[in-house]
Amino acid sequence: MNAEAIHQTLKKRFPDGVGELHTETIDPWIEVQPEHIADVCRFCKEDEALGFDFLSNLTGVDAHNDLLVVYHLYAYGKRHSAVLKVRVPKGKPVTKTVTTVWRTANWFERECYDLLGVRFEGHPDLRRLLLPDDWEGHPLRKEYMFPTEYGGIDNTRDYGF
Amino acid sequence: MMSLYNELPSTFVTTNVDKLINWGRASSLWYLLFGLACCGIELMQTGGPRADIDRFGSVPRATPRQSDLMIVAGTVTLKMASRVKLLYDQMPHPKYVISMGSCSNCGGLFDLGYSVLRGVDKVIPVDLYVPGCPPRPEALTEGLIQVQDKIHRERYLARNN
Repeated sequence: MNAEAIHQTLKKRFPDGVGELHTETIDPWIEVQPEHIADVCRFCKEDEALGFDFLSNLTGVDAHNDLLVVYHLYAYGKRHSAVLKVRVPKGKPVTKTVTTVWRTANWFERECYDLLGVRFEGHPDLRRLLLPDDWEGHPLRKEYMFPTEYGGIDNTRDYGF
Repeated sequence: MMSLYNELPSTFVTTNVDKLINWGRASSLWYLLFGLACCGIELMQTGGPRADIDRFGSVPRATPRQSDLMIVAGTVTLKMASRVKLLYDQMPHPKYVISMGSCSNCGGLFDLGYSVLRGVDKVIPVDLYVPGCPPRPEALTEGLIQVQDKIHRERYLARNN
């Protein structure tokens, strides 16, 4: 299936939850509402025509006012792929977990929470993945300020950049 | 050879205790296996058959409690810094530290990262810096020989009295 056909299938099943298809990029992407993402992903996996059995990547983007969570799906049986994006406001970055659909999402979502601060409702173990547990802030956000000190270790620079 | 063996029981050498102790210490510098990043690969090569650091009496140990030398090979993150300090504290005296590669010398390539320690000498004392990104096994071998020279210059018994 091509991107238009995938979008049509999803739009027919979720008229409220699925937004426009964006074809200006190399990988066409479909916008999904945060409250519907778990259901949409469940449908993507279980529908016979779609058959997305693999979540190849889950990552996040800082879009200044919002945060985007990006889902790259792949279907080994059908050999087609899709990109879903969820837009959440920075003030309340909450979306639904997809660990119930693909177990590989567990660490992806922990990484996304660690570096961008997106909270995934229903995640079984939403802790930081890479940074220490007592780290403050989420480093991949545009407004993040580098720490000047961590655990008693001076982290300032003698030069600007 | 046989004649030398036969001669040995009746020969003797004169030296002083410091020199004898230093000869023993410098010829058995056991190093802590401590690869943090790509420098760890060069460290393994240095222990491998071509560079063969074992011929200087330096063999890898998997525990700090049996080590005399710590070779910090790679990028030290702020999360790892407290662990490096802990491992150093667990080593028995006398102990030596080689900082291997640009990252561990000063932060190197990852100097501008928010989570990178700018030089391992901010948490533990360093005896010798080996420059390079990463240093070749020849450079690290030279570093080991320099540490051996340093040991030979020390007056170990006088220092501890």
